Amino acid sequence: MFAYIIRRTFAALLLILVVSAVTFAIFFLLPRIAGETSDQLAAQYIGKNPSPEAIAAVKKNLGFDQPLYSQYWNFLKGLVGGAEYKFGPDPVTCHVPCFGYSFKNHLEVWPELTKRIPVTLSLAIGAAVLWLVSGVTTGVISALKPRSIFDRLAMGVALAGVSLPVFFTGALLLTVFSYEWPILDNLQYVNFTDDPIMWARNLILPWISLAFLYSALYARLTRAGMLETMSEDYIRTARAKGLVERKVVTRHGLRAALTPVVTIFGMDLGLLLGGALITEQVFSLQGIGAFAVQAIADNDLPKILGVTLLAAFFIVVCNLVVDLLYALVDPRVRLS
Amino acid sequence: MTELQNTTAPAAQTPAGDPFLSVRDLRIHFDTDDGLVRSVDGVSFDLHKGRTLGIVGESGSGKSVTSLGIMGLHRSKRARISGEIRLNGEDLIAAGPDRVRQLRGREMAMIFQDPLTAMHPYYTVGQQIVEAYRVHHPDATRKQARTRAIEMLDRVGIPQPDRRVDDYPHQFSGGMRQRAMIAMALVNDPSLLIADEPTTALDVTVQAQILDLIRDLQEEFGSAVIIITHDLGVVAELADDILVMYGGKCVERGPADTLFDAPEHPYTWGLLGSMPRLDRELQDRLVPVRGTPPSLINVPSGCAFHPRCPYAQLTGGRSTTEVPVLAEAVPGHHAACHLAAAERHRIFTEEIAPRL
Repeated sequence: MFAYIIRRTFAALLLILVVSAVTFAIFFLLPRIAGETSDQLAAQYIGKNPSPEAIAAVKKNLGFDQPLYSQYWNFLKGLVGGAEYKFGPDPVTCHVPCFGYSFKNHLEVWPELTKRIPVTLSLAIGAAVLWLVSGVTTGVISALKPRSIFDRLAMGVALAGVSLPVFFTGALLLTVFSYEWPILDNLQYVNFTDDPIMWARNLILPWISLAFLYSALYARLTRAGMLETMSEDYIRTARAKGLVERKVVTRHGLRAALTPVVTIFGMDLGLLLGGALITEQVFSLQGIGAFAVQAIADNDLPKILGVTLLAAFFIVVCNLVVDLLYALVDPRVRLS
Repeated sequence: MTELQNTTAPAAQTPAGDPFLSVRDLRIHFDTDDGLVRSVDGVSFDLHKGRTLGIVGESGSGKSVTSLGIMGLHRSKRARISGEIRLNGEDLIAAGPDRVRQLRGREMAMIFQDPLTAMHPYYTVGQQIVEAYRVHHPDATRKQARTRAIEMLDRVGIPQPDRRVDDYPHQFSGGMRQRAMIAMALVNDPSLLIADEPTTALDVTVQAQILDLIRDLQEEFGSAVIIITHDLGVVAELADDILVMYGGKCVERGPADTLFDAPEHPYTWGLLGSMPRLDRELQDRLVPVRGTPPSLINVPSGCAFHPRCPYAQLTGGRSTTEVPVLAEAVPGHHAACHLAAAERHRIFTEEIAPRL
């Protein structure tokens, strides 16, 4: 078990390294393949109509004149050891871990990201709790009474939930609850540690609109899983023991049906932690997703690279946790 | 075969007293989109404690549904059940589902065909036995229940039960799993044990061990046992009485030894002819029962067996129009056949017996 965790952690680190290499290549190699010269790349970091001297200076300072592999190496070195850039008259320091330095805003990427992690984390975790509880409960009830009115209604709503994009449901919720009947107006992110009640109040709409999408998916997943497990032989055995039906459903049926849900949940949560782009935009939440959108709009390569790496990190970590949980949930899975 | 039967001591005499399980005119029909499925259509039998009843038939003859109906495990939503199932005098059909649930696992327990799928893959064998025990012994502590589970595993012949109790079903072999299932079924000392094809999923060497185990445990606990099987060899070893089912009905019922030596129904003849036996001369091939089992939605008119019966034309057309009643052919031995008893006995001794 312990050796397995070590090995998987090592593999996860390797995976992140590969992801970083690929992202690096996408942002620095592809423009070159597409014909962009390092001069043009450097010109992005200076104002309009830069002088050739200025371009040469930027190229030298940012290392664009060096071969790609050493640029990548410097990037990796920055992650563990920090970096220093000579840009303009004063040298700027990019502290450990240096996820890059945005020369457009003169900001280090990492502190910008960490500032936004609590926002995205609050959004993702809150929504996740909401959709897990509502989705799994709906799925179980639907599966126990298939083709009942509840099942048809729930699956209809689920279909709507899957089909309606967050920018629609989010805007709808905002229109109703912030403008028509301003029960939840003036939504601004408040730190949980500052005021937990305001934190929850101001996040409830984003949670609902995000959870609506996912709980629809999870209701369908749980329903399908429950329908399958409830017809298994071991359910009949559980009934033959004389167990009450509630225990048959939860202890025997749901337990087995939850395995695929756990797997998908890990991936979904990992993906969300890398930024809920649309939800954050709709509700003006300054999370990682909003950061990514801004970075792409600005064509700010260090920022894009940093946020991509962070997102990859979350996905890899969540999947590692899921793999470990999987062995816990299903004893037939051996960690070796 | 007969030798084996003699080991179950009270086989010959008819038991006295009220039967522990009494089934009268049991009908279990299912409403489906294709029509009404008459899975069980008027089955009656009695079973005393310490006795073993073998229910024999092809797939789809209604034998499994009968047992599930007794346990109250048939899908109740679309099922229509009528008749009488008396367990120790109490009518289970009239009783509410919660009462039947209380009896399930305590008074009556069941062993299923495939022990791998019948056990939950996520719980240890011990946990599952403990659960079965604590349902009906809510006051028992975890430790007491665990001790009981280990004791039961030991009783069914699992080596090192104190260690294997913490294993998962997939860590057990097929035979061990079935032993564990039996331990789970017997953990509350049920008076009625239903074994639904208990050896079908096991390999031949293990089958005999499991049958021996069931017989030993029955002698020890004195419970009533129903063995459901398509394998006449299994009932030959275990059963005191045999009930042959065809198309949801009982076509023949009688003591095991007379049923094997002097079977009354042409279907039973067919079953015996298609059974491999070592105690007869080698013949070219086994004789299968021709045709296929009937659809339970469109059961053939008259005698359900008539399309497959080689002697149907000897009944003067009655077999296609009239449903034969289960009548006593010789004392204690019933058969549902239009052929006259004398005619049947003649056919059996002249045509069938020499081939068996």
